[in-house]
Amino acid sequence: MRDKRLQLEGLTVSFDGFKALNNLSLHVDPGELLCIIGPNGAGKTTMMDVITGKTRPDSGTARFGLDIDLLGMSEAEIVGAGIGRKFQKPTVFEQLTVFENLELALAGSRSFLTTFRARMSGAQQERIHQVLEIIGLLEQRDAFARVLAHGQKQWLEIGMLLMQNPELLLVDEPVAGMTPHEVERTAELLRSLAGEHSVVVVEHDMAFVRSIAKRVVVLHEGSVIAEGDMDTVQKHARVIEVYLGV
Amino acid sequence: MSESDKVPGLWKRTTLVDRGGPRGIDPGGRWLLTVLAAVAVAVPLLNQVVPATSAFHLSPFGITLIGKYMCYGMLAMAIDLIWGYCGILSLGHGAFFALGGYAMGMYLMRQIGPRGVYGDPVLPDFMVFLNYKSLPWFWHGFNHFPLAVAMVAVVPALLALVFGWFAFRSRVTGVYLSIITQALTYALMLAFFRNDMGFGGNNGFTDFKEILGFDLHSDRTRVVLLVITAAALAGGYEVCRKIVESRAGRVVLAIRDAESRTRFLGYPVESFKLWLFVISGILAGVAGALYVPQVGIINPSEFAPINSIEAVIWVAVGGRGTLYGAIAGAVLVNYLKTWLTGAFPEIWLYALGALFVLVTLFLPRGITGLLRRRSTQT
Repeated sequence: MRDKRLQLEGLTVSFDGFKALNNLSLHVDPGELLCIIGPNGAGKTTMMDVITGKTRPDSGTARFGLDIDLLGMSEAEIVGAGIGRKFQKPTVFEQLTVFENLELALAGSRSFLTTFRARMSGAQQERIHQVLEIIGLLEQRDAFARVLAHGQKQWLEIGMLLMQNPELLLVDEPVAGMTPHEVERTAELLRSLAGEHSVVVVEHDMAFVRSIAKRVVVLHEGSVIAEGDMDTVQKHARVIEVYLGV
Repeated sequence: MSESDKVPGLWKRTTLVDRGGPRGIDPGGRWLLTVLAAVAVAVPLLNQVVPATSAFHLSPFGITLIGKYMCYGMLAMAIDLIWGYCGILSLGHGAFFALGGYAMGMYLMRQIGPRGVYGDPVLPDFMVFLNYKSLPWFWHGFNHFPLAVAMVAVVPALLALVFGWFAFRSRVTGVYLSIITQALTYALMLAFFRNDMGFGGNNGFTDFKEILGFDLHSDRTRVVLLVITAAALAGGYEVCRKIVESRAGRVVLAIRDAESRTRFLGYPVESFKLWLFVISGILAGVAGALYVPQVGIINPSEFAPINSIEAVIWVAVGGRGTLYGAIAGAVLVNYLKTWLTGAFPEIWLYALGALFVLVTLFLPRGITGLLRRRSTQT
């Protein structure tokens, strides 16, 4: 059942007096594709850090579904609860092959002893094959990740998230540094994932956001200043002032 | 310049690991096992069968030397397991080696029995000399070989477990971890130098007579010890190979190259490091235990920080990230040391330092890296 709604209420995070998040509230519906935009320092990454357990907020709540309180959980537990994150910089495991990268992302026990004894089942092989198809890296299956092009690394990383079949995918600046062709394929990929997964994309590239998002949230100085579809948001006076700068 | 380029070479996360392709095995490993088997066959033949008058006869000195090299090789492999594969640079692995050695040494001391200089049936000579009235509690049971053998693994494992638990849980990594491992072995050295620790102070243990009733000075015992050492090294290699070729091994590589990414995939990074560190500590302890009966002495200088650093240099020279490379490096550098300290004793430390600098600058993948580059070019 994919029915968990992400609900952030009144999150505040300060670093040495600087409020990275200031009473931030937002929600992500099941299966929704939400885009978050905002200038540098708006709190986008801090928000991701709070959701994934990397940063603890000073106040506020973060709930996933009805009964999961994310603030009380470790990073690993949050992954287990079905939240996957793709970082800004592609960090795939360069010394492993594409296949092995996906293998490590397989769902299952993560302890030393079980991974030491692990043998891959047919179903798991099949799942890796499926994901390789989705991300379009079937031909690169046995290539070392270090030889992949930038865009391919990003897709591989998205593929690694998919291996765990998460309910919610957090994707940080997926198209930074991509060629137009790669951007187009990434948009296709993310659109195809919505519905089956909830997807949150943080992105600067307006054309890209326009091409994928139904709902856009604008952050500024740690709070939401506008939300709605791309056209509404772009007409919003405060947004024009702080971000779009037109 | 990417972020990883700014990290000093020794702590650089990304080093190539030779796996001969996606599912291949450490390709030098077959060579290693072949060489070990050859040594285990040739040494007994050359010493026991070839007459002492022949030029091919292997002297007891030669046996001890080969045995010593293999113990060092095992220590190097233990270091490579955590450094080459997991990026944990321990500059204190000599401590585990020495603890394993001391555990074996305690058994050998108890074996001397009444044949010591002072003729005390229970107390080793140094205790009589230091006016001990009775055996300290932790010496009890060390007259039993199985207990001593168990302690060879248990004591280094416990130290690795406790030390690693604190260090990894606090997420101490890189240079800082290297420094506290140095401090660890230095602290142990100071402790073992103290007479009232009950480990013989700066003299340590020596004058061993026999092991399990076999005379330690006879060639036959030496040959058997060497064959056992070769078998232990082969066994240790198999254990390490099993680990690095399993999925756990791939997780370990992932931790080395992108630790926080691995954590986000849900792997308990600290627990993986701890397992590896403990296994590595046990291997080092076993190496030390095999070393002591062959060289006939153990003292606190085995804990000296320079020993641990030297062992790291063996691995760097041989090529980290290849188990056989670490062993080859240990044998090579020690052969060089045996020769140099004989021919030009005063330059050894300079030569060692120069070797380390040269390897770090020009051969980041060590000698085996050079061989591999050649073989991939052709």
